[in-house]
Amino acid sequence: MKRSSRVYMIVMGAFITLALIIVACAAPPAPVSSNEPAAAPAASAGEEMRPYHFIVVSHGQASDPFWSVVKNGVDAAAKDMRVNVDYQAPGTFDMVAMAQLIDAAVASQPDGLVVSIPDADALGDSIRAAVKAGIPVISMNSGSDVAKELGIMNHVGQTEYEAGYGGGERMAAAGVTKALCVNQEVGNVALDLRCQGFTDAMAKSGATVEILAVDLADPTDSQQRIVAALAANPDIDGILTLGPTGAAPALAALTEEGLLGKIKLATFDLSPEVLEAVRDGNMLFAIDQQQYLQGYLPIVMLTLYNENLNTIANDVIMTGPGFVTAENAARVIDLSAAGTR
Amino acid sequence: MTASSVTKGADERIVESGLLRRLLTRPELGSAGGAILVWIFFAIVAPVGFLSLRGTASYLEVSAQLGILAVAVALLMIGGEFDLSVGSMIGFAGVTVAILSSQLGVPMYLAAIIALALALAVGFVNGYMVVRTKLPSFIITLASLFIIRGVTIGVTRLITGRTQIGSLQRVPGYEILRLIFAQDIAIAGVDFSVAILWWFVMAAIATWVLLRTQIGNWIFGAGGDADAARNVGVPVNRLKIGLFMTTAFAAWLVAVIQVVGVKSADTLRGEQQEFIAIIAVVIGGTLLTGGYGSAIGAVLGALIFGMVKQGIVYAGVDADWFQVFLGAMLIIAVLVNNFIRQRAEAAKR
Repeated sequence: MKRSSRVYMIVMGAFITLALIIVACAAPPAPVSSNEPAAAPAASAGEEMRPYHFIVVSHGQASDPFWSVVKNGVDAAAKDMRVNVDYQAPGTFDMVAMAQLIDAAVASQPDGLVVSIPDADALGDSIRAAVKAGIPVISMNSGSDVAKELGIMNHVGQTEYEAGYGGGERMAAAGVTKALCVNQEVGNVALDLRCQGFTDAMAKSGATVEILAVDLADPTDSQQRIVAALAANPDIDGILTLGPTGAAPALAALTEEGLLGKIKLATFDLSPEVLEAVRDGNMLFAIDQQQYLQGYLPIVMLTLYNENLNTIANDVIMTGPGFVTAENAARVIDLSAAGTR
Repeated sequence: MTASSVTKGADERIVESGLLRRLLTRPELGSAGGAILVWIFFAIVAPVGFLSLRGTASYLEVSAQLGILAVAVALLMIGGEFDLSVGSMIGFAGVTVAILSSQLGVPMYLAAIIALALALAVGFVNGYMVVRTKLPSFIITLASLFIIRGVTIGVTRLITGRTQIGSLQRVPGYEILRLIFAQDIAIAGVDFSVAILWWFVMAAIATWVLLRTQIGNWIFGAGGDADAARNVGVPVNRLKIGLFMTTAFAAWLVAVIQVVGVKSADTLRGEQQEFIAIIAVVIGGTLLTGGYGSAIGAVLGALIFGMVKQGIVYAGVDADWFQVFLGAMLIIAVLVNNFIRQRAEAAKR
């Protein structure tokens, strides 16, 4: 009897602690009186919160290095705009769970909703329900092609074809006449579009592109394939890889062949080794989709929409391609350590 | 019971137990209390989303998909075994339906039936391996967790070159499946998923089997002490194989509901669902060691899970914290259940 009452106290203590944690996390912002004139956003420079509540539902867990930067953007914007924002993501890449999160977000009647759309079939119904319920919705990162038909205000992200095109222009400007496009994930439509844009931009300057498929799970094999491709085409003077998983083997292959710096190498997306290679001049540039903006901008846009009915006319607000080159690589390395790049 | 047998009352083995004590000894009591507490908690913290009909529909849908799985897993766990492969099975069954219908031109309802046959076959193999090798089912199904997920990803990429298959609403035979598995039932203008009905049907059948049939007695017996059960003539092996096929069936049902509902299949669907189903079952008062538990408890466990999962969205808590709550709830639920059971058993004497 004595023992069981102690267990009882432990259990109740644990439950109460848990309840307190939830309450503390969920504490709503102090409601701001609404008769304040809405037309003076700059004047109310104090610490008081705006009475808006936004919800972000993405497919990326905050523990993923890429998405952690997005989340930092969301958090910074929430602080700067003085609004209340929740970031939600399913624990695994599960579109059913993500659709359910969007449903829950809609039910809690936020003043705005930000979503990423990696699978329009699975998420379409939930997003349409949000639009139908009168919630302003902005999409980010993925879904630029479906955003408009779902009734979404704007999409904030990088469109793959245009990013590849931008990369092609830069590489052609650097004097490359024959390039290799290294695709580490054949069949991924987004990556095919990157190569396509790259090829089209290069063709404009009379340069040609060959596509090389490698396996992202096998860096050694990828490296050997790149070496073989270079041996078969000695006139190749440029390589574009479509991600850090392709860039690392390409760097290794060029080092092995003593071609580092002779063949111009560039890549999509950032990683520590990519940034260092760019800083040291071993890589020409890295294409950055600046996902910090994908978290930050939608919150700003939703705040302005709620407060001032401002809208942006572009369907897609492009956060990329941004370019990291030898000039800014050192600074980007610092920013990357701070979690904003 | 006639009046004379009561008044005789000399037999000390027959003790009248009060209604309260009989309630306290039910396995689902702790989870019933927990469900009420969680409901009250979110009703106070986040009344806007949580109490609305739309919010209710949302957490019931989450609970339903998990609940279908949890009810079957509860039967298996009462029978003394684990099935860690149910999550992979969801991905496998869903992708099977999608590949057969969208790539090979099989009508979707037929594809669903073929997927069911395959799922039952895998369930049979799981069960057969367990009773044959006498290895813990934890090990056997841990192996099938990886094998099934790997085969799903491998075959899908081999056939389609991708890991996602979409636009299934254009596949012939889709409409029939939608009517059965993914129809929304509008109540006061809010759509409730038909999965909720499936959940209740599964729970009702499981409860009836457990409490009112011979098979139910066998399940408790096989889970309590398999050898003793065997000695009194319970076909333990066949029973366990049947239970593994039941969890495979439940995984298939969830897969079809998801695939038809969201119109796409993904090789990664159902990841970690095996653990979440076990959590729901344990919160529902079923013992990990088998022989004791209830299907209603699993229903309540799934309900609690759904309410917390969606509730923290309404309450505005970052999803980062959800797993913390999940783990904490599991511990609290088990402690409460143990406490209540100890009290109830002490009071019996």
